[in-house]
Amino acid sequence: MTVVRQAGDRTRRGARPGPVARAGVAHAPSRTMRAVLLGGIGLFFLIPVVAMVEFTLRKGLGGGHDASRWIALAQGGLTGQYRQVLVALGNSVGLAVGTVLIVLLLLVPTLLLVHIRFPRLRRVMEFLCILPISIPAIVLVVGLAPVYSLLSRLAGSGVWTLAFAYGITVLPYAYRAIQANLDGVDVRTLSEAARTLGAGWGSVLFRVLVPNLRRGILAGAFIAVAVVLGEFTIASLLSRVNLQTALVVVSKADPYTAVILSLLALTFAFLLLLLIGRLGAERTRPRRRRPIGGRP
Amino acid sequence: MTRNTITTAGTGNAPKSPNAAPPGQAGRRGAVVEFTGVSKHFGGHRALDGFDLTLHAGEFVALLGPSGSGKTTALRALAGLESTDAGTILIDGVDVSLLPTSQRDMGMVFQAYSLFPHLSAGENVEFGLRMRGVAAAARRSRARDALALVGLDDHYDRFAHQLSGGQQQRVALARALVTEPRVLLLDEPLSALDAKVRVSLREEIRRIQTELGITTLFVTHDQDEALAVADRVAVMRDGGIEQVGTPEDLYSRPASPFIADFVGLSNQLAGVVRHGFAELYGTKLPLVDPSQADGDVLVAVRPEDLEFSGDGVAGVVVASSFHGSLRRTRVRLADGAELSVQHVVRVQPVPGDSVRLRFCGAPVSVEAVAVSR
Repeated sequence: MTVVRQAGDRTRRGARPGPVARAGVAHAPSRTMRAVLLGGIGLFFLIPVVAMVEFTLRKGLGGGHDASRWIALAQGGLTGQYRQVLVALGNSVGLAVGTVLIVLLLLVPTLLLVHIRFPRLRRVMEFLCILPISIPAIVLVVGLAPVYSLLSRLAGSGVWTLAFAYGITVLPYAYRAIQANLDGVDVRTLSEAARTLGAGWGSVLFRVLVPNLRRGILAGAFIAVAVVLGEFTIASLLSRVNLQTALVVVSKADPYTAVILSLLALTFAFLLLLLIGRLGAERTRPRRRRPIGGRP
Repeated sequence: MTRNTITTAGTGNAPKSPNAAPPGQAGRRGAVVEFTGVSKHFGGHRALDGFDLTLHAGEFVALLGPSGSGKTTALRALAGLESTDAGTILIDGVDVSLLPTSQRDMGMVFQAYSLFPHLSAGENVEFGLRMRGVAAAARRSRARDALALVGLDDHYDRFAHQLSGGQQQRVALARALVTEPRVLLLDEPLSALDAKVRVSLREEIRRIQTELGITTLFVTHDQDEALAVADRVAVMRDGGIEQVGTPEDLYSRPASPFIADFVGLSNQLAGVVRHGFAELYGTKLPLVDPSQADGDVLVAVRPEDLEFSGDGVAGVVVASSFHGSLRRTRVRLADGAELSVQHVVRVQPVPGDSVRLRFCGAPVSVEAVAVSR
């Protein structure tokens, strides 16, 4: 058999991994520049966290520091007056899951449909998705109040109904994350290639498009989780209990414990970020296979 | 590794598609494809207008035409990626116009790199087999055979970003062929590659196509590519076929000055048809179509059908360029018309030289026009 090798047909071993290698990519910053940038950003975020930790360790008016409040919370657990925080945390996590589901089930398929079948609607889609960022939460609540009044009569006033409002508030952030990924992938050609190979729309979506949009989808999901865990205004004004409203209640009685709980919530969000980042890492190594016919 | 693992339709593990070849044709690889009166509009633009074309079993047909002539639309209609407004598309006599793409049993290589970035080359090739429910071991074996067919069997585990453009298109070709489709569709698969790889890969495509005997429709706007690889070339214009024929037919007997100009180079000159001959600068030239009515016409003359002579039409050399094995010189005649002449390289006219040109008398194509002479 003739095995063809051509000049100028080299393997790009050193090429940047990613769905589409684009020409004209800027040079990566030097190691020193990276350290300066990361250090600066790290300090920016670290200073308030250190201040929070310092606050929780204060002994009181007498001065000095100890870990008594942390120990007390760890020994007592979230019982008694703090029980509501645990319930609120459960509410927020449930709301985060609901919001992510709304984003994934509505936004991702809609964006794909617009990209593949109705590219002329891209501008309209972008406008609609970015719109909520320009509407203050308080204005949003005023508009949502009559809707929720109706919703309460139809489906009850469960805290889960907040997921609909949160679905709107996270739309701009989730849209940008997913759209950025979509811009780097030729979804139309990939879907057409899959269809000519015998794939139905389900296979096109789950075997081809979603794996290539994994980073954007995960980033969108993370942003949705982060926004929901930090949301206060809508929940408070619509009289629902979530983590932030519970922390405000706790802070009125015990500001130290409220800050400890805030730090724990922050740690939870940070671990979530790490987990999502891990899941979103691109696969650039082949899966291990059994050799065929003696071939390695 | 032998390449004959990709063999005839129905010998693989893939289940039969709804349009599998009838029993009488089992074992024959290529299918007969017939476009009949196919039309397609995009808004007010007619992309296809009563498009008729038949591809014989195992034939390699190139669709050639300028941008916007409808060649890609025709190919996409056959693939099912574009719906049609009117007409029928038959494969082995079965109307597939309403079948979804996934059930048409086609292999397609796209102009844009279309390998799935999250899968290795081998997994890309396996994809079509996976969609057909082929067992994992058979899938891997057949994918390796297909990659061997395009000379990339040692690139099984590479990802798209680790392959050059030419390698990506060869993997795409292997992916299109591994399912043993009835028709292979090539949508300008070489246009993103550099010149050397283009030539090499087009010869590779032709070799594999001939070997497998698969009916192939190849869309290109590059006339060299079309003439070099196709059994027949269909030249498109404004959504319809202008002329279909072998590359030799198209070049030597173009049906119109448009074909003469689009396929190869030609000089377009005003002339007159009288009694079955075109008269041009006092020379009588035979017509490709002798039934052409008398009157003013636009005559297409190939540069190689002109030669420098001592007793021809007088002109002045405007420019001369070297093309390796030949040279082309532009000559301005007394009436302002400019002609391109192809000649041997040892003749080296320079701008300003006075020369005389003679028409060699080869058949020319003409188009009736209102010419002010």
